[in-house]
Amino acid sequence: MKHTEKELLALKEEVSQMWKLVLSQLEKAKQAFLNDDFELAREVVSREKRVNSFELKIDSDCENYIALYNPVAIDLRLALSLFKICSTLERIADFAEGIARHVIEENCEPFSAEMKTQLRIETMFDTAIEMFSDSYEALDSENTKLAGKILSKDEIVDEIYIHSIKILAEAIRKQMITAECGLHILLVMRKIERIGDHCSNIVEEIVFYIDAKVLKHHKNKVDI
Amino acid sequence: MLETKEIHFYYGAFHALKNISMTMDDHTVTAFIGPSGCGKSTFLRLFNRMNDLIPDTHLTGQCLIEGQDIYQKTVDVTTLRKKVGMVFQKPNPFPKSIFENVAYGLRVDGIKDKNFIRQRVEESLKGAALWEEVKDQLKKPAFELSGGQQQRLCIARALAIEPSVILMDEPASALDPISTSKIEDLIHSLKEKYTIVIVTHNMQQAARVSNKTGFFMLGELIEFNDTKKIFLSPEKEATQNYITGRFG
Repeated sequence: MKHTEKELLALKEEVSQMWKLVLSQLEKAKQAFLNDDFELAREVVSREKRVNSFELKIDSDCENYIALYNPVAIDLRLALSLFKICSTLERIADFAEGIARHVIEENCEPFSAEMKTQLRIETMFDTAIEMFSDSYEALDSENTKLAGKILSKDEIVDEIYIHSIKILAEAIRKQMITAECGLHILLVMRKIERIGDHCSNIVEEIVFYIDAKVLKHHKNKVDI
Repeated sequence: MLETKEIHFYYGAFHALKNISMTMDDHTVTAFIGPSGCGKSTFLRLFNRMNDLIPDTHLTGQCLIEGQDIYQKTVDVTTLRKKVGMVFQKPNPFPKSIFENVAYGLRVDGIKDKNFIRQRVEESLKGAALWEEVKDQLKKPAFELSGGQQQRLCIARALAIEPSVILMDEPASALDPISTSKIEDLIHSLKEKYTIVIVTHNMQQAARVSNKTGFFMLGELIEFNDTKKIFLSPEKEATQNYITGRFG
Protein backbone atom coordinates (compact mmCIF):
# COMPACT_ATOMS: atom_id res chain seq x y z
CA MET A 1 0.00 0.00 0.00
CA LYS A 2 1.25 3.47 -0.88
CA HIS A 3 2.19 5.78 1.96
CA THR A 4 -0.49 8.31 0.96
CA GLU A 5 -3.12 5.55 1.03
CA LYS A 6 -2.01 4.58 4.52
CA GLU A 7 -2.43 8.18 5.67
CA LEU A 8 -5.92 8.36 4.21
CA LEU A 9 -6.87 5.03 5.72
CA ALA A 10 -5.68 6.22 9.13
CA LEU A 11 -7.84 9.31 8.74
CA LYS A 12 -10.86 7.19 7.84
CA GLU A 13 -10.19 4.98 10.85
CA GLU A 14 -10.13 8.00 13.17
CA VAL A 15 -13.50 9.15 11.81
CA SER A 16 -14.81 5.63 12.29
CA GLN A 17 -13.73 5.69 15.95
CA MET A 18 -15.42 9.04 16.44
CA TRP A 19 -18.56 7.66 14.78
CA LYS A 20 -18.70 4.77 17.24
CA LEU A 21 -18.33 7.14 20.18
CA VAL A 22 -21.11 9.42 18.91
CA LEU A 23 -23.36 6.42 18.27
CA SER A 24 -22.87 5.31 21.85
CA GLN A 25 -23.65 8.87 23.02
CA LEU A 26 -26.89 8.85 21.04
CA GLU A 27 -27.99 5.47 22.37
CA LYS A 28 -27.24 6.49 25.94
CA ALA A 29 -29.01 9.83 25.53
CA LYS A 30 -32.08 7.94 24.26
CA GLN A 31 -32.05 5.52 27.21
CA ALA A 32 -31.44 8.35 29.66
CA PHE A 33 -34.41 10.30 28.31
CA LEU A 34 -36.85 7.42 28.00
CA ASN A 35 -36.02 6.01 31.44
CA ASP A 36 -35.30 9.29 33.27
CA ASP A 37 -31.86 7.93 34.05
CA PHE A 38 -29.82 10.74 35.63
CA GLU A 39 -26.63 8.72 35.94
CA LEU A 40 -26.62 7.80 32.27
CA ALA A 41 -27.38 11.40 31.33
CA ARG A 42 -24.41 12.59 33.38
CA GLU A 43 -22.21 10.03 31.63
CA VAL A 44 -23.26 11.42 28.25
CA VAL A 45 -22.45 14.96 29.35
CA SER A 46 -19.05 14.00 30.71
CA ARG A 47 -18.10 12.05 27.58
CA GLU A 48 -18.83 15.00 25.31
CA LYS A 49 -15.26 16.23 25.89
CA ARG A 50 -13.93 13.10 24.20
CA VAL A 51 -16.00 13.84 21.13
CA ASN A 52 -14.61 17.38 21.04
CA SER A 53 -11.05 16.05 21.27
CA PHE A 54 -11.74 13.73 18.35
CA GLU A 55 -13.00 16.67 16.31
CA LEU A 56 -9.89 18.74 16.97
CA LYS A 57 -7.58 15.82 16.15
CA ILE A 58 -9.37 14.91 12.92
CA ASP A 59 -9.58 18.56 11.84
CA SER A 60 -5.85 18.87 12.30
CA ASP A 61 -5.14 15.57 10.53
CA CYS A 62 -7.35 16.52 7.57
CA GLU A 63 -5.56 19.87 7.28
CA ASN A 64 -2.19 18.14 7.39
CA TYR A 65 -3.24 15.53 4.85
CA ILE A 66 -4.42 18.16 2.39
CA ALA A 67 -1.38 20.38 2.96
CA LEU A 68 1.19 17.60 2.74
CA TYR A 69 -0.22 15.20 0.19
CA ASN A 70 -1.99 17.55 -2.19
CA PRO A 71 -4.74 14.99 -2.89
CA VAL A 72 -6.75 15.07 -6.09
CA ALA A 73 -9.89 13.37 -7.44
CA ILE A 74 -11.34 10.70 -5.11
CA ASP A 75 -8.65 11.27 -2.45
CA LEU A 76 -9.45 14.97 -2.32
CA ARG A 77 -13.19 14.27 -2.18
CA LEU A 78 -12.66 11.82 0.69
CA ALA A 79 -10.50 14.26 2.66
CA LEU A 80 -13.03 17.07 2.18
CA SER A 81 -15.93 14.77 3.05
CA LEU A 82 -14.26 13.46 6.21
CA PHE A 83 -13.52 17.03 7.26
CA LYS A 84 -17.18 17.97 6.97
CA ILE A 85 -18.47 14.68 8.39
CA CYS A 86 -16.28 15.15 11.44
CA SER A 87 -17.82 18.55 12.10
CA THR A 88 -21.32 17.07 11.64
CA LEU A 89 -20.56 14.21 14.03
CA GLU A 90 -19.58 16.76 16.63
CA ARG A 91 -22.88 18.61 16.14
CA ILE A 92 -24.82 15.36 16.52
CA ALA A 93 -22.93 14.63 19.73
CA ASP A 94 -23.86 18.14 20.93
CA PHE A 95 -27.52 17.21 20.44
CA ALA A 96 -27.02 13.98 22.41
CA GLU A 97 -25.47 16.05 25.19
CA GLY A 98 -28.33 18.55 24.94
CA ILE A 99 -30.88 15.75 25.38
CA ALA A 100 -28.94 14.45 28.38
CA ARG A 101 -28.93 17.94 29.91
CA HIS A 102 -32.71 18.09 29.57
CA VAL A 103 -32.89 14.89 31.61
CA ILE A 104 -30.62 16.37 34.29
CA GLU A 105 -32.11 19.85 34.44
CA GLU A 106 -35.84 19.37 33.90
CA ASN A 107 -38.05 18.98 36.94
CA CYS A 108 -40.99 17.14 35.39
CA GLU A 109 -42.87 14.04 36.29
CA PRO A 110 -42.09 11.20 33.86
CA PHE A 111 -44.67 11.53 31.11
CA SER A 112 -47.26 8.83 30.72
CA ALA A 113 -46.84 5.72 28.64
CA GLU A 114 -49.86 6.81 26.66
CA MET A 115 -48.27 10.11 25.72
CA LYS A 116 -45.00 8.36 24.84
CA THR A 117 -46.95 6.15 22.46
CA GLN A 118 -48.87 9.08 21.05
CA LEU A 119 -45.71 11.11 20.46
CA ARG A 120 -43.87 8.09 18.95
CA ILE A 121 -40.74 9.48 20.56
CA GLU A 122 -39.04 6.09 20.82
CA THR A 123 -39.67 5.44 17.12
CA MET A 124 -38.26 8.87 16.38
CA PHE A 125 -35.12 8.14 18.41
CA ASP A 126 -34.71 4.71 16.79
CA THR A 127 -35.18 6.07 13.27
CA ALA A 128 -32.60 8.82 13.79
CA ILE A 129 -30.14 6.32 15.29
CA GLU A 130 -30.73 3.94 12.37
CA MET A 131 -30.02 6.81 9.96
CA PHE A 132 -26.81 7.44 11.85
CA SER A 133 -25.72 3.79 11.82
CA ASP A 134 -26.72 3.28 8.19
CA SER A 135 -24.75 6.31 7.09
CA TYR A 136 -21.68 4.79 8.75
CA GLU A 137 -22.37 1.56 6.89
CA ALA A 138 -22.67 3.53 3.62
CA LEU A 139 -19.26 5.13 4.16
CA ASP A 140 -17.57 1.98 5.41
CA SER A 141 -18.83 -0.16 2.52
CA GLU A 142 -18.70 2.76 0.06
CA ASN A 143 -22.28 1.97 -0.88
CA THR A 144 -24.35 4.91 -2.06
CA LYS A 145 -27.35 2.65 -2.64
CA LEU A 146 -28.07 3.04 1.06
CA ALA A 147 -28.34 6.81 0.62
CA GLY A 148 -31.93 6.84 -0.66
CA LYS A 149 -33.05 4.60 2.19
CA ILE A 150 -31.39 6.83 4.79
CA LEU A 151 -32.78 10.04 3.32
CA SER A 152 -36.32 8.62 3.22
CA LYS A 153 -36.07 7.91 6.95
CA ASP A 154 -35.51 11.61 7.55
CA GLU A 155 -39.04 12.18 6.27
CA ILE A 156 -40.36 9.87 9.01
CA VAL A 157 -38.42 11.81 11.66
CA ASP A 158 -39.72 15.13 10.32
CA GLU A 159 -43.29 13.85 10.22
CA ILE A 160 -43.14 12.65 13.85
CA TYR A 161 -41.77 16.03 14.92
CA ILE A 162 -44.47 18.05 13.17
CA HIS A 163 -47.13 15.77 14.60
CA SER A 164 -45.67 16.11 18.13
CA ILE A 165 -46.25 19.88 18.12
CA LYS A 166 -49.99 19.35 17.82
CA ILE A 167 -50.04 16.58 20.44
CA LEU A 168 -48.03 18.58 22.94
CA ALA A 169 -50.03 21.77 22.35
CA GLU A 170 -53.20 19.79 23.01
CA ALA A 171 -51.73 18.19 26.16
CA ILE A 172 -50.72 21.59 27.53
CA ARG A 173 -54.13 23.05 26.70
CA LYS A 174 -55.83 20.21 28.56
CA GLN A 175 -53.34 20.64 31.45
CA MET A 176 -52.20 17.05 31.12
CA ILE A 177 -48.64 18.42 31.45
CA THR A 178 -47.24 21.81 32.38
CA ALA A 179 -46.20 24.16 29.60
CA GLU A 180 -42.60 23.97 30.86
CA CYS A 181 -42.50 20.20 30.67
CA GLY A 182 -44.23 20.20 27.30
CA LEU A 183 -41.58 22.56 25.98
CA HIS A 184 -38.82 20.35 27.38
CA ILE A 185 -40.21 17.38 25.46
CA LEU A 186 -40.63 19.45 22.32
CA LEU A 187 -37.06 20.73 22.55
CA VAL A 188 -35.77 17.17 22.88
CA MET A 189 -37.81 16.12 19.84
CA ARG A 190 -36.50 19.13 17.96
CA LYS A 191 -32.97 17.91 18.71
CA ILE A 192 -33.79 14.45 17.37
CA GLU A 193 -35.24 16.07 14.26
CA ARG A 194 -31.99 17.99 13.80
CA ILE A 195 -29.99 14.77 14.24
CA GLY A 196 -31.95 13.37 11.30
CA ASP A 197 -31.09 16.46 9.24
CA HIS A 198 -27.42 16.11 10.09
CA CYS A 199 -27.47 12.42 9.11
CA SER A 200 -28.87 13.55 5.74
CA ASN A 201 -25.95 15.97 5.44
CA ILE A 202 -23.54 13.11 6.14
CA VAL A 203 -25.17 11.08 3.37
CA GLU A 204 -24.71 13.98 0.97
CA GLU A 205 -21.01 14.03 1.81
CA ILE A 206 -20.71 10.28 1.27
CA VAL A 207 -22.39 10.54 -2.15
CA PHE A 208 -20.05 13.42 -3.00
CA TYR A 209 -17.05 11.29 -2.03
CA ILE A 210 -18.09 8.10 -3.82
CA ASP A 211 -20.06 9.31 -6.85
CA ALA A 212 -18.76 12.89 -7.13
CA LYS A 213 -22.37 14.10 -7.13
CA VAL A 214 -23.52 17.19 -5.27
CA LEU A 215 -26.90 16.53 -3.61
CA LYS A 216 -26.95 19.67 -1.52
CA HIS A 217 -30.07 21.78 -2.15
CA HIS A 218 -31.48 19.20 -4.57
CA LYS A 219 -35.19 18.50 -4.28
CA ASN A 220 -35.49 14.82 -5.08
CA LYS A 221 -32.56 13.49 -3.08
CA VAL A 222 -34.47 10.42 -1.92
CA ASP A 223 -34.69 9.15 -5.51
CA ILE A 224 -30.94 9.04 -6.11
CA MET B 1 22.65 12.84 14.46
CA LEU B 2 23.78 15.42 11.92
CA GLU B 3 24.56 18.88 13.11
CA THR B 4 25.99 22.05 11.64
CA LYS B 5 27.23 25.03 13.61
CA GLU B 6 27.61 28.44 12.01
CA ILE B 7 28.51 27.10 8.58
CA HIS B 8 29.76 29.57 5.99
CA PHE B 9 30.77 28.30 2.57
CA TYR B 10 32.39 30.15 -0.31
CA TYR B 11 32.91 29.40 -4.02
CA GLY B 12 35.88 31.71 -4.52
CA ALA B 13 34.58 35.09 -3.35
CA PHE B 14 30.94 34.05 -3.64
CA HIS B 15 29.36 33.56 -0.23
CA ALA B 16 27.14 30.53 -0.96
CA LEU B 17 26.08 29.51 2.57
CA LYS B 18 25.61 32.02 5.34
CA ASN B 19 25.77 31.07 9.00
CA ILE B 20 23.78 27.85 8.91
CA SER B 21 23.17 25.96 12.13
CA MET B 22 20.78 23.04 12.32
CA THR B 23 20.32 19.57 13.76
CA MET B 24 18.89 16.49 12.05
CA ASP B 25 17.82 13.57 14.21
CA ASP B 26 18.59 9.92 13.45
CA HIS B 27 16.03 7.96 11.44
CA THR B 28 14.26 11.01 10.11
CA VAL B 29 13.86 12.44 6.63
CA THR B 30 14.88 16.07 6.27
CA ALA B 31 14.05 17.92 3.06
CA PHE B 32 15.67 21.08 1.76
CA ILE B 33 13.65 23.28 -0.55
CA GLY B 34 14.31 26.65 -2.14
CA PRO B 35 14.79 28.37 -5.47
CA SER B 36 17.68 27.42 -7.77
CA GLY B 37 21.03 28.67 -6.53
CA CYS B 38 19.81 29.08 -2.94
CA GLY B 39 22.55 26.78 -1.59
CA LYS B 40 20.53 23.69 -0.69
CA SER B 41 22.60 21.27 -2.80
CA THR B 42 25.83 22.90 -1.64
CA PHE B 43 24.68 22.37 1.94
CA LEU B 44 23.72 18.74 1.26
CA ARG B 45 27.13 18.00 -0.25
CA LEU B 46 28.86 19.21 2.91
CA PHE B 47 27.85 16.02 4.68
CA ASN B 48 30.01 13.71 2.59
CA ARG B 49 32.54 16.37 1.62
CA MET B 50 31.65 16.29 -2.04
CA ASN B 51 32.41 20.01 -2.17
CA ASP B 52 36.07 19.13 -1.53
CA LEU B 53 36.24 18.12 -5.19
CA ILE B 54 35.43 21.67 -6.32
CA PRO B 55 38.51 23.93 -6.57
CA ASP B 56 38.72 27.26 -4.78
CA THR B 57 36.11 26.60 -2.14
CA HIS B 58 36.32 27.51 1.51
CA LEU B 59 34.37 26.47 4.59
CA THR B 60 34.11 27.81 8.12
CA GLY B 61 32.04 26.46 10.99
CA GLN B 62 31.46 22.89 12.07
CA CYS B 63 29.74 19.97 10.38
CA LEU B 64 29.23 17.11 12.83
CA ILE B 65 28.10 13.54 12.34
CA GLU B 66 27.48 11.70 15.59
CA GLY B 67 29.39 14.44 17.34
CA GLN B 68 32.51 14.24 15.18
CA ASP B 69 33.52 17.18 13.02
CA ILE B 70 33.93 15.61 9.57
CA TYR B 71 36.16 18.45 8.36
CA GLN B 72 38.93 17.70 10.84
CA LYS B 73 42.18 16.72 9.20
CA THR B 74 42.17 13.31 10.85
CA VAL B 75 38.96 12.29 9.08
CA ASP B 76 39.42 9.84 6.22
CA VAL B 77 37.10 10.96 3.42
CA THR B 78 36.70 7.46 1.95
CA THR B 79 35.58 6.12 5.31
CA LEU B 80 33.23 9.10 5.66
CA ARG B 81 31.65 8.42 2.28
CA LYS B 82 31.02 4.80 3.25
CA LYS B 83 29.07 6.08 6.18
CA VAL B 84 27.29 8.78 4.18
CA GLY B 85 25.90 7.43 0.92
CA MET B 86 24.67 9.64 -1.86
CA VAL B 87 22.08 9.38 -4.62
CA PHE B 88 22.19 11.90 -7.42
CA GLN B 89 19.61 13.57 -9.64
CA LYS B 90 20.37 11.47 -12.69
CA PRO B 91 20.70 7.72 -12.14
CA ASN B 92 24.39 6.92 -12.59
CA PRO B 93 24.86 3.14 -12.65
CA PHE B 94 28.29 1.85 -13.60
CA PRO B 95 28.68 0.13 -16.99
CA LYS B 96 28.45 -3.24 -15.30
CA SER B 97 25.80 -5.83 -14.50
CA ILE B 98 23.08 -5.21 -11.96
CA PHE B 99 24.86 -7.53 -9.51
CA GLU B 100 28.26 -5.91 -9.98
CA ASN B 101 26.85 -2.43 -9.49
CA VAL B 102 25.62 -3.34 -6.03
CA ALA B 103 28.69 -5.42 -5.21
CA TYR B 104 31.05 -2.66 -6.34
CA GLY B 105 31.48 -0.89 -3.00
CA LEU B 106 32.06 -4.20 -1.21
CA ARG B 107 34.75 -5.27 -3.68
CA VAL B 108 36.46 -1.85 -3.40
CA ASP B 109 36.36 -2.39 0.35
CA GLY B 110 38.40 -5.59 -0.16
CA ILE B 111 35.62 -8.05 0.62
CA LYS B 112 36.14 -11.34 -1.26
CA ASP B 113 33.71 -13.72 0.43
CA LYS B 114 31.33 -14.58 -2.44
CA ASN B 115 28.51 -15.77 -0.20
CA PHE B 116 28.70 -12.62 1.86
CA ILE B 117 28.66 -10.45 -1.26
CA ARG B 118 25.72 -12.38 -2.75
CA GLN B 119 23.78 -12.04 0.47
CA ARG B 120 24.51 -8.33 0.80
CA VAL B 121 23.54 -7.69 -2.84
CA GLU B 122 20.21 -9.42 -2.28
CA GLU B 123 19.56 -7.53 0.97
CA SER B 124 20.43 -4.22 -0.65
CA LEU B 125 18.23 -4.82 -3.68
CA LYS B 126 15.39 -5.81 -1.34
CA GLY B 127 16.03 -2.70 0.72
CA ALA B 128 15.77 -0.61 -2.43
CA ALA B 129 12.50 -2.37 -3.43
CA LEU B 130 14.11 -3.67 -6.63
CA TRP B 131 14.80 -7.33 -5.85
CA GLU B 132 11.49 -8.72 -7.10
CA GLU B 133 11.96 -6.98 -10.44
CA VAL B 134 15.56 -8.03 -11.10
CA LYS B 135 16.23 -11.23 -9.13
CA ASP B 136 16.18 -13.37 -12.28
CA GLN B 137 18.36 -11.08 -14.35
CA LEU B 138 21.19 -10.01 -12.08
CA LYS B 139 23.74 -10.44 -14.87
CA LYS B 140 21.89 -8.07 -17.16
CA PRO B 141 23.65 -4.74 -17.83
CA ALA B 142 22.36 -2.04 -15.49
CA PHE B 143 21.82 0.31 -18.41
CA GLU B 144 19.02 -1.93 -19.66
CA LEU B 145 16.91 -1.07 -16.63
CA SER B 146 14.34 1.73 -16.78
CA GLY B 147 15.25 5.14 -15.33
CA GLY B 148 13.30 4.45 -12.14
CA GLN B 149 14.89 1.03 -11.75
CA GLN B 150 18.35 2.52 -12.35
CA GLN B 151 17.73 5.06 -9.59
CA ARG B 152 16.66 2.31 -7.19
CA LEU B 153 19.77 0.36 -8.23
CA CYS B 154 21.87 3.39 -7.25
CA ILE B 155 20.08 3.42 -3.91
CA ALA B 156 20.82 -0.32 -3.52
CA ARG B 157 24.47 0.39 -4.35
CA ALA B 158 24.52 3.01 -1.60
CA LEU B 159 22.84 0.62 0.87
CA ALA B 160 25.32 -2.21 0.19
CA ILE B 161 28.09 -0.49 2.11
CA GLU B 162 25.78 -0.02 5.10
CA PRO B 163 25.79 3.75 5.48
CA SER B 164 24.02 5.43 8.38
CA VAL B 165 23.12 8.51 6.35
CA ILE B 166 21.80 8.75 2.79
CA LEU B 167 21.96 12.05 0.95
CA MET B 168 19.61 12.44 -2.02
CA ASP B 169 20.03 15.28 -4.46
CA GLU B 170 16.79 15.56 -6.47
CA PRO B 171 16.50 11.77 -6.65
CA ALA B 172 13.24 11.73 -8.59
CA SER B 173 13.42 14.82 -10.76
CA ALA B 174 14.41 12.81 -13.84
CA LEU B 175 11.75 10.14 -13.29
CA ASP B 176 8.15 9.66 -14.38
CA PRO B 177 5.34 9.90 -11.77
CA ILE B 178 5.12 6.12 -11.18
CA SER B 179 8.87 5.77 -10.61
CA THR B 180 8.77 8.91 -8.46
CA SER B 181 6.06 7.37 -6.33
CA LYS B 182 8.16 4.20 -5.88
CA ILE B 183 11.17 6.26 -4.79
CA GLU B 184 9.00 8.20 -2.33
CA ASP B 185 7.59 5.00 -0.83
CA LEU B 186 11.14 3.71 -0.60
CA ILE B 187 12.23 6.82 1.30
CA HIS B 188 9.45 6.17 3.82
CA SER B 189 10.65 2.62 4.43
CA LEU B 190 14.37 3.52 4.47
CA LYS B 191 14.02 6.04 7.27
CA GLU B 192 13.48 3.19 9.73
CA LYS B 193 17.15 2.28 9.31
CA TYR B 194 18.82 5.38 7.91
CA THR B 195 18.91 9.12 8.36
CA ILE B 196 17.90 10.68 5.06
CA VAL B 197 18.51 14.16 3.76
CA ILE B 198 16.90 15.10 0.48
CA VAL B 199 17.11 18.14 -1.75
CA THR B 200 14.12 18.62 -3.98
CA HIS B 201 12.62 21.23 -6.25
CA ASN B 202 9.29 19.50 -5.89
CA MET B 203 7.72 21.02 -2.81
CA GLN B 204 4.95 18.46 -2.67
CA GLN B 205 7.58 15.76 -2.63
CA ALA B 206 9.21 17.42 0.37
CA ALA B 207 5.79 17.57 2.02
CA ARG B 208 5.03 13.94 1.28
CA VAL B 209 8.28 12.32 2.36
CA SER B 210 9.92 14.39 5.07
CA ASN B 211 9.60 14.87 8.80
CA LYS B 212 11.39 18.19 8.77
CA THR B 213 11.86 20.79 6.06
CA GLY B 214 14.42 23.55 5.65
CA PHE B 215 13.71 26.46 3.33
CA PHE B 216 16.81 28.08 1.83
CA MET B 217 17.05 31.38 0.02
CA LEU B 218 20.15 33.29 -1.14
CA GLY B 219 22.43 31.06 0.91
CA GLU B 220 20.48 31.50 4.13
CA LEU B 221 18.37 29.00 5.99
CA ILE B 222 15.19 31.02 6.26
CA GLU B 223 13.13 28.50 8.18
CA PHE B 224 13.66 25.01 9.51
CA ASN B 225 10.78 23.24 11.19
CA ASP B 226 8.48 20.23 11.21
CA THR B 227 7.21 19.65 7.68
CA LYS B 228 3.60 19.91 8.86
CA LYS B 229 4.35 23.31 10.35
CA ILE B 230 6.18 24.54 7.24
CA PHE B 231 3.37 23.54 4.88
CA LEU B 232 0.46 24.53 7.08
CA SER B 233 1.56 27.58 9.03
CA PRO B 234 5.11 28.70 8.25
CA GLU B 235 6.53 31.34 10.55
CA LYS B 236 8.35 33.38 7.91
CA GLU B 237 6.61 35.33 5.18
CA ALA B 238 9.33 34.36 2.68
CA THR B 239 8.59 30.66 3.28
CA GLN B 240 4.88 31.25 2.80
CA ASN B 241 5.48 33.17 -0.41
CA TYR B 242 7.69 30.40 -1.76
CA ILE B 243 5.49 27.42 -0.95
CA THR B 244 2.35 29.16 -2.20
CA GLY B 245 4.06 30.09 -5.47
CA ARG B 246 3.91 33.84 -4.79
CA PHE B 247 7.68 34.09 -4.58
CA GLY B 248 9.28 36.49 -7.06
